[in-house]
Amino acid sequence: MWKKALIAAPYLWLLLFFLAPFAIVLKISLAEPVFGQPPYTHTVSLENFAFLFSDKLYAITYLRSVFMAACATLLCLALGFPMAYGIARCGRATRSLLLMLIILPFWISFLLRVYAWMGLMNNYGTINSLLLWAGVIDQPMQLMYTDFAVFVGLVYSYLPFMILPLYASLERMDLDLVEAAQDLGASGSRAFWDVTWPLARPGVIAGCLLVFIPAIGEYVIPYLLGGPESLLIGRVLFDEFFVNRDWPLASAVAIVLLLLLVVPIVLLQRYQSRDQENTA
Amino acid sequence: MNRQSRFIVSVLAFGYAFLYIPLVLVIVYSFNDSRIATVWGGFSTRWYGELLRNEQILDAAFLSLRIALTSATIATIFGTMAGIALARFRRFRGRTLFSGMIVSPMVMPEVITGLSLLLLFVTLQQLTGWPAQRGFGTITIAHTTFAMAYVAIIVQSRLMSMDESLEEAAMDLGGHPLRVMFDITLPLIAPAMVAGWLLAFTLSLDDLVIASFVSGPGSNTLPMYIFSKVKLGVSPDINALATLIILLVSSGVLLSWLVARRRT
Amino acid sequence: MKDFIRIRGISKHFGDFAAVDNVDLTIEKGELFAILGGSGCGKTTLLRMLAGFETPTSGTIEIDGVDVTNQPPYERHVNMMFQSYAVFPHMSVEKNIAYGLRKERTPGKEIAKRVDEMLELVQLGNFRSRKPDQLSGGQRQRVALARALIKRPKVLLLDEPLAALDKKLRERTQFELMNIQDELGVTFVVVTHDQEEAMTLSTRIAVMDNGRFQQIGTPKEIYEFPANRFVAEFIGTINTFKGRVAAVADEGIKVYSTEAGVTLTALGKQLVEEGQEIEVAVRPEKIFISKEKPESDDDVCIEGVVDDLGYLGNRSLYRIRLESGKIVQVSSQNRRRSITRFLEWEDKVWISWRAGSAVVLLD
Repeated sequence: MWKKALIAAPYLWLLLFFLAPFAIVLKISLAEPVFGQPPYTHTVSLENFAFLFSDKLYAITYLRSVFMAACATLLCLALGFPMAYGIARCGRATRSLLLMLIILPFWISFLLRVYAWMGLMNNYGTINSLLLWAGVIDQPMQLMYTDFAVFVGLVYSYLPFMILPLYASLERMDLDLVEAAQDLGASGSRAFWDVTWPLARPGVIAGCLLVFIPAIGEYVIPYLLGGPESLLIGRVLFDEFFVNRDWPLASAVAIVLLLLLVVPIVLLQRYQSRDQENTA
Repeated sequence: MNRQSRFIVSVLAFGYAFLYIPLVLVIVYSFNDSRIATVWGGFSTRWYGELLRNEQILDAAFLSLRIALTSATIATIFGTMAGIALARFRRFRGRTLFSGMIVSPMVMPEVITGLSLLLLFVTLQQLTGWPAQRGFGTITIAHTTFAMAYVAIIVQSRLMSMDESLEEAAMDLGGHPLRVMFDITLPLIAPAMVAGWLLAFTLSLDDLVIASFVSGPGSNTLPMYIFSKVKLGVSPDINALATLIILLVSSGVLLSWLVARRRT
Repeated sequence: MKDFIRIRGISKHFGDFAAVDNVDLTIEKGELFAILGGSGCGKTTLLRMLAGFETPTSGTIEIDGVDVTNQPPYERHVNMMFQSYAVFPHMSVEKNIAYGLRKERTPGKEIAKRVDEMLELVQLGNFRSRKPDQLSGGQRQRVALARALIKRPKVLLLDEPLAALDKKLRERTQFELMNIQDELGVTFVVVTHDQEEAMTLSTRIAVMDNGRFQQIGTPKEIYEFPANRFVAEFIGTINTFKGRVAAVADEGIKVYSTEAGVTLTALGKQLVEEGQEIEVAVRPEKIFISKEKPESDDDVCIEGVVDDLGYLGNRSLYRIRLESGKIVQVSSQNRRRSITRFLEWEDKVWISWRAGSAVVLLD
């Protein structure tokens, strides 16, 4: 009896506030926009989706979002892997300090951390001032409102999500394995590609998915750091909804985005449940 | 030091500098007297004074705190129930759907979560008249929904690593299963619940996108207020606010880290 | 009061897999009964059904005349000592031990008295207010024991009670457990994979494999007269010779074995027919080894060479190669101290055993 209640309470909550909303989004994505309250009809048509696929702008925006998220993921991996490796090879006390410093920014407001870069990358910001003072450049570089700024923001915000799973799989790895490989005649870099990398792969996959999935729908970073022409899907959805008040189209955008994410989300869940079984 | 470890050390140095220099600069500029936030105009604490006199900020902060406290608490209760259900009841009807719904809010893009919840609230209002207005209540529900996923995962993994025979032993000694939960299970997962609550609290205080969707006119959370200001560019009182938050959070994290380290 | 625990036709299926397969067993009051088997043989599942953590797919369990098959664990007068000990980490030793009585709403005075008794029984009086993480493995094990005994259960179940202890401690604890059992007269049911543990601890042993009992008997019966090949090999080492029954006589079954190269005499309660293919088994310590051919005619004598030998301190192990290529293991006590070896590799030797030392094994 109490067991049923224990399951039922969170279950019902999630059915009502997580699953039901998706059904509604799906329904509205099939409706047509009208002027009024609520601003949609109760008809059913695939027109919104047809429009999404016929209008090049949306296709480009989806592709750009995927591309930007993928690049940001690779950048995170390039920076995160040696960092995670370095942390995992430190002594115990140092390791715990370094890990704490990786997690710490996560507790500080995401918005404020993105904001911090605005002061750095402004035309009159710290980076430009330093470069001007050093005489490297003679007039301010355009850093803000570029794709470069968006990449910086994405890598900065999601780096911890990459490092933590990488660290977890590297730390679990027995250092003797690398030494054994070297003892058997592998050079340092051969040992890395033969032993370290394959063993770290679960961490690499998890880290990449943890960065890629949220990065694709990111709204704040492209809005604050990106230029007006740098359209990403999260922002398009937001604008469709709030600026154009086209709820059906915004819903359709959301549904397509969700379909785009189904594969990586399922991959991530499969990986995580396997990981949990391994540790249990 | 060989070549490989020199490379690693320099990447580490670069990485940590990358993570922390922006934060340090925000703190430095918060003491800048100049109105143009990125040009140094001498040391001053005037922005802190203005911050404390800014009622909009204080109202927004107060609303955010209320939402965070409420949603973190509800999320901890429901998340703990869900975590126990997932870890201890191997088979029940709808388990797959349940575990899917637990994990999904964590990876769902915020724009989608926000949009779908707003559409739910609008639909509900048309059908039942509730919620009459959007604000504290709707934001709290939204935050509870995605935060309980985090709590559930933390509690579940703590339970998975806990020896199940502890609970069986208590039952064997005559404890009714419900009693056993209060005698054994809850005390042992209390640290996980605290961690989950803190995470839920932080996530709620942090959220901009979902709150922007589900809030109504007149109810601005702190991130919404900050966003509306920084959209227009760097502003000195936000620097001051950011500094306060950074220092508060850092000292909290540092303290708990020191305590945890001493204990081991 | 004879059949104190009566298990009738118990099965437990997990999906298609039968962990326990139609098992019958009776245990008498005051017995120290061991269920012995390898991992996955179903012994733990059987124990968990006795404790009430698993419901049998079919069959009944009676304890002291009461059908407990569907009773939940918290209503059974059965307590268990878990393999991991499952000592509550957030409670002191005292609180751990008192937990069972608290759930029974025993008056505080009574609880205090009985906790003191238990602490004395397991010699933990000085550790009463310690937390489990300040105790050694052996001490935690005693806490678990005291905690399970305080409710004066009709049956105490012990799941691999000694597995987590190191060798020295294990031997001492074994005897302590026997003393406590003797003192309290509680029926003990021990599950273990360790044959030595089962042999020394218990009055009777059930050897389990594939969800079924292969043999139930006293340690002696099981060691000396294994019912089948599985039991013979699970408990100790054994040499087996394939052969054909030549004659069934009063003094034993005559078996001609090409592996041995001679006719063997073996004891067996099983019914065999002339011409049947069977195996004859001899324990390594029942075999004597000598350089000269032994005199006696009753004994089985076979010639061979030393294939390998090993010195283990109190005894030596030999592997003797027979003419047929068959390797026979022999274990002999080192009664005399000597630096030089009595035998060397490739020495010609005779191995022999009394006719009554060999038994017949079926399947």
